[in-house]
Amino acid sequence: MPRETCDPSTPALEASGVKKYYRGAAASLFRSGPVIKAVDGVDLVLPRGATVGLVGESGCGKSTLARVLIRLEEPTEGSIALGGEDFLALRGEALRRSRRRIQMIFQDPYSSLNPRLTVGSTIGEGIRIHRLARGAAVGERVAALLERVGLSAAASSKYPHEFSGGQRQRIGVARALAVEPEVIIADEPVSALDVSIRAQIVNLLGDLQSDFALTYLFIAHDLGIVEHVSDTVAVMYCGKIVELSPAEEIFREPLHPYTAGLIASAPAADPSGRGGRAAIPGDVPSPANVPPGCAFHPRCPRVMDVCRAVPPELVRRGAHRQVRCWLYPAGD
Amino acid sequence: MTASAAARVRNGMAMDALLSVENLVTVLDTDRGTARAVDGVSFRIGRGETLGLVGESGCGKTMTALSIMRLLPERIGRVESGSIVFEGRDLLRLPEKEMRAVRGNKISIVFQEPLTSLNPVFTCGEQVREAIALHKKLSRAASKERAIEMLRLVRIPEPEKRYHAYPHQMSGGMRQRVMIAMALSCEPPLVIADEPTSALDVSVQGQIIELLRELRERLRMAVLLITHDLAVVAEMADRVVVMYAGAVFEEAPVGDLFARPSHPYTEGLIGSLARPDRRGGRLAAIPGNVPDPMRLPPGCRFSDRCARRFERCTLSEPPLFAVSAEHRARCWLRETGEGGDRGAAGNV
Ligand SMILES: Nc1ncnc2c1ncn2[C@@H]1O[C@H](COP(=O)(O)OP(=O)(O)O)[C@@H](O)[C@H]1O
Ligand SMILES: Nc1ncnc2c1ncn2[C@@H]1O[C@H](COP(=O)(O)OP(=O)(O)O)[C@@H](O)[C@H]1O
Ligand code: SF4
Ligand code: SF4
Ligand SMILES: [Mg+2]
Ligand SMILES: [Mg+2]
Repeated sequence: MPRETCDPSTPALEASGVKKYYRGAAASLFRSGPVIKAVDGVDLVLPRGATVGLVGESGCGKSTLARVLIRLEEPTEGSIALGGEDFLALRGEALRRSRRRIQMIFQDPYSSLNPRLTVGSTIGEGIRIHRLARGAAVGERVAALLERVGLSAAASSKYPHEFSGGQRQRIGVARALAVEPEVIIADEPVSALDVSIRAQIVNLLGDLQSDFALTYLFIAHDLGIVEHVSDTVAVMYCGKIVELSPAEEIFREPLHPYTAGLIASAPAADPSGRGGRAAIPGDVPSPANVPPGCAFHPRCPRVMDVCRAVPPELVRRGAHRQVRCWLYPAGD
Repeated sequence: MTASAAARVRNGMAMDALLSVENLVTVLDTDRGTARAVDGVSFRIGRGETLGLVGESGCGKTMTALSIMRLLPERIGRVESGSIVFEGRDLLRLPEKEMRAVRGNKISIVFQEPLTSLNPVFTCGEQVREAIALHKKLSRAASKERAIEMLRLVRIPEPEKRYHAYPHQMSGGMRQRVMIAMALSCEPPLVIADEPTSALDVSVQGQIIELLRELRERLRMAVLLITHDLAVVAEMADRVVVMYAGAVFEEAPVGDLFARPSHPYTEGLIGSLARPDRRGGRLAAIPGNVPDPMRLPPGCRFSDRCARRFERCTLSEPPLFAVSAEHRARCWLRETGEGGDRGAAGNV
């Protein structure tokens, strides 16, 4: 067990000022490509044992942020503390040891599992790498994990293609769980699944969280599911967080027009409430060409003159909420 | 309700039915044997009506749609029995040449993944123009003009310019708009939309549903809306057919289905939707998976996943019982009481 993380008030993960810029394809031999600001200054705190939801349309930078948080990629700027410890400063053996503590579950259970490895080898890999068990004990742990995620131990000797989408996602969960992580980043874990199977996986993740005191960052483009599982919801647009609110408040009273648009555009599951929905017009802008001022202004129903020119800052609104929008001037 | 009242309703529905699928059985010859992907499905769609066809992946929804279009996977799929009557003609008996005049012109289909349905080497505009030229004798200039008009109708910004864009240069939502433009270009009386929004972001889903709703009114088309997501059905269907493991499990007007789901499977589908008023609690997931059509459980094909199973369920398969005039459910729980008129429930 990690010794350095005993204080329960220390967040499981804290990201400050995280940026990830890419260089787009070169326009010509002499003109370098545009800078793609995939993640552009994100502050995010994952309190221990909590679930923070991260929503936004495709292309707004959610997966890039996830990859940076688990150090699959290095940020262009910013800092990340894992259990109070500077995660980005870790190298070599210390980094290898700490990697165990933060794991990821991917959207696509088809492409994120190696088709040539048995389920047992896939799940056992992390156990071996992190020397959590050896010899026959690895197999026993794999069997126990499979049963914990609702599969039979016999699944161990099968290959990914022999399973349905929901079952493959259970395998992905078992793989993440195998190394006894503290934080799990679930990047659209249910987006590719049927609604009925989504509920199975969401329930499973909830059970595991209480059993193992896990901290989750739950990423999705669907506010409905995020709102259901999260304590806090962060809404991301063009690489920036535009609203951060407790889950029960964000649905009742979304502050940012983008949040309101996302809520309004989700199908209502209630035939009596249909129609008159204000879908958000247009598409997410290319991150190589973010509109000036407020990045949302070309799609915003409440746009004002100031929005077109000056980018709003993330400001506090009450004790628990933050919003990046000129409708809420600082100090108001 | 009396048997004659039920019969009136059915006759009424039959009279203005645009499409009437009766006892459709579609089989797939796989290397493991023959699977009944569609196992005795019946439903009707009236002119201008939107019928939702819902069920989890693998329930046979796409095979039902492909049977109607006569586009089943070659050498693997074939319709074994049943009839598909559209505007008075059984499509299953039409020569292929006449069927080609139906496809795109009278019935068209929009698939889930626009990127794989569009040809990557032609511009989007050209593909819409082709779809028009296939059925309408128009000059090149006139068909191009009509294609641009269609792109404008599906709200593609700057349609004259976007006419020349290739599929990969467009977002997923824009590509789905192009697919819809192609499908609607001949103003067919029936459009089949097979998971039209399932691959899209929620925000874009909303846009596409809004668009389909508007165009449906404007062009007075009937829609067969296929989806695994009951929320999408709630947004635009008039009536709903719930399908499971190749069979119709429940059929009802959309309001009725949500207010009084009469099949445990439908209840499960509704319960698994995340809703703000049930935040944090467990979602009512349906345990297990859709069975392989070659390995159905005995009796009711849902019996291995059903929390309300009783003895009878594994002994024999329930027929569709009438719950009310327009509402039917295939579950032994519906056998007793007013709805227990098995004669009125009729077929199977
Ligand atoms: N390696 C990369 N090189 C260049 N651009 C990238 C790279 N990875 C992501 N991007 C761009 O960054 C933006 C954010 O992508 P992503 O994080 O995947 O968004 P999301 O997960 O919210 O859909 C996208 O426009 C994407 O094209
Ligand atoms: N090309 C195919 N070859 C063999 N089996 C198939 C093929 N396509 C679909 N099936 C099977 O047919 C059944 C019905 O599939 P489908 O109609 O695609 O379901 P849905 O559209 O409801 O998800 C499933 O059991 C599926 O595995
Ligand atoms: S800053 Fe202006 S454009 Fe941006 S979300 Fe707020 S009101 Fe809309
Ligand atoms: S017939 Fe029995 S097993 Fe089937 S849905 Fe009804 S109660 Fe459940
Ligand atoms: Mg992503
Ligand atoms: Mg399908």
